Amino acid sequence: MAEAAAIHLRDVLFGYDRHTPLLRVDEFIVPAGKRVFLHGPSGSGKTTLLGLITGILLPQQGSCMVLGKDLTRMSAQGRDRHRGSEMGYIFQSFNLIPYLTVRQNVALPCQVHERRRRNIAPATLMQEVERLVLRLGLAPYLDRNVKKLSTGQQQRVAIARAVIGRPSLVIADEPTSSLDAERRQDFLDLLFAICDEAKSTLILVSHDLSLRDRFDQSMALSEINRAST
Amino acid sequence: MTMLRLAYSSLRSRMFTTAMTVFSIALSVLLLVGVDRVRQGTQVGFEGTLSQTDLVVGARGGSLPLLLYAVFHIGTSNNEISFASYQHFAGHPAVLWTIPLSLGDSHRGFRVVATDDNFYQHYRYRGDRSLQLAEGTRPVGIFEAVLGSTVASQLHYHLGQKIVLSHGLEGSFLRHTADPFTVVGILARTATPVDRAIYITLWGDEAMHLGWQNGAPPLQAIPESQIHKSDLHINTISAFLLRSKSRMSTLYLQREINTYQPEPLTAIIPALTLRDLWSVLSAADVALSLVSGAVLVVGLLVMLTALYTALNERRREIAVLRTLGLNARQIFTLFILESTLISALGAILGLAAAYLVLYAIRIPVENRYGIPLAMVGVSLRVGYYVVAVVVLGALLGFIPAVRAYRNALADGLNAG
Repeated sequence: MAEAAAIHLRDVLFGYDRHTPLLRVDEFIVPAGKRVFLHGPSGSGKTTLLGLITGILLPQQGSCMVLGKDLTRMSAQGRDRHRGSEMGYIFQSFNLIPYLTVRQNVALPCQVHERRRRNIAPATLMQEVERLVLRLGLAPYLDRNVKKLSTGQQQRVAIARAVIGRPSLVIADEPTSSLDAERRQDFLDLLFAICDEAKSTLILVSHDLSLRDRFDQSMALSEINRAST
Repeated sequence: MTMLRLAYSSLRSRMFTTAMTVFSIALSVLLLVGVDRVRQGTQVGFEGTLSQTDLVVGARGGSLPLLLYAVFHIGTSNNEISFASYQHFAGHPAVLWTIPLSLGDSHRGFRVVATDDNFYQHYRYRGDRSLQLAEGTRPVGIFEAVLGSTVASQLHYHLGQKIVLSHGLEGSFLRHTADPFTVVGILARTATPVDRAIYITLWGDEAMHLGWQNGAPPLQAIPESQIHKSDLHINTISAFLLRSKSRMSTLYLQREINTYQPEPLTAIIPALTLRDLWSVLSAADVALSLVSGAVLVVGLLVMLTALYTALNERRREIAVLRTLGLNARQIFTLFILESTLISALGAILGLAAAYLVLYAIRIPVENRYGIPLAMVGVSLRVGYYVVAVVVLGALLGFIPAVRAYRNALADGLNAG
């Protein structure tokens, strides 16, 4: 059970101020290879939980086993490296570095982290970038500045960048909120397909419960986080 | 490498701001380097005017005025020295050669220098260069003259031209109309004050003033045809240049001349006196450098403002870079690289512009002012300026970089 868990938080307590904890988690497990849906209203500690999982935040107590490593026992740089080489992240919007082209944005994780680069099947990084961009239907925009793309196109570039180099975990924080209803399903279809190809565990956070049915597992943040109660 | 590419792309996306910032830094480097090069050019030009001369000797007086009028034709001499004293030292066993100089007349704004053959034979400038005649011969006759190259080109004179010299300096109404001189030679260009003078013989100088008393001409001018060398008697000269047989004897000679009993004389070592001149001029140099330095500070502040104001809109970008696994130190590096790239680019452009401008203006400047800009290479000081600009730029980059570093840690995934 423990080996199969991509994420295992235990007895975690986090707060910027010692006396008013923002997040208190007794146990939170995400099994490897599953698609997990997290939902909850804003202010329920979603971003804080994601900060702990990615190792950007450190809990005051408890342990954070993420992809086989206890983040609480790692250095800040070690956590950054772990995140960069093992995780892909998709924001609600403004995912892309505005001064880079589509190609440069997608290639960036593999240029920052050698480990992600080694996971690539094709001979060169650019071949993989081109394959992914083509797969996401963005081939004509490959060398376009990302500022010239629509929001939907930008979110698809964000998928490509999150999954390049087959990270074990993909986290998407409200990735569909800036898309209209029709595009949402297309976006999810694409995200699932690509995560399956990369064999990545997927955590998707959203307040939109209509998406819930398409996931292997669904959790409410109010159940996980006992701090606010 | 990835960081450098990121920094470069980031700057390029803000092309206008970046270009303006680079431009302002380049401009200040241009000023700093330009001022420094012209200063050094002037020094090289001045120092190159006279070489291999160990002592300049004139009547008792200040050393700087003596050097200025005897060598650079600036200012006037108040007192003459006797020809007897000159002959005494010219024949001194420790002396290798001497060049007598008699100044005081002019022609259309150019100084007239009376000297003898030693001038053409021994005068050296810029190391080991000697005077060459571009045309004609050295003056032999009493009323023969040789022109410096600038004199010839500006007045459009040629061999055989008759010229009338004025007594005293420009604007004098006393003209030696009775005794016109004939141009027999034109010197090749030296890019020193030598080019801006007319050379006659000591005999000629005396002949012009034959019969003059107390600075006034005789009532009845003596016509040229009636003057012969045997009638002339050289009594005084203004100054002379001296080369001793060994460096060791220079100091003894200087002492001997300065304490010469029959007549009060001053002997100076030209290089030492020039050094005094530079220290006098260094205040002006410091003032110019300060102004250039202030321009540099303004340029760097422009850069700081541009980078700092962009910080807020870049918080989102920093959060994205953090999710990609860049650590806070790498974010810091990114911002430092940006400021370093800007200042390095500014420094390189400024340096290139400075040398382009110097190259473009080198010929008119050398012709008009005798400042050999083309001979001026890269000095240590220029190197310091460039390094200082890049280092200062990088250091100033710390201010936005530290802010970005703090943002990276504080914002985490939240920025927006």
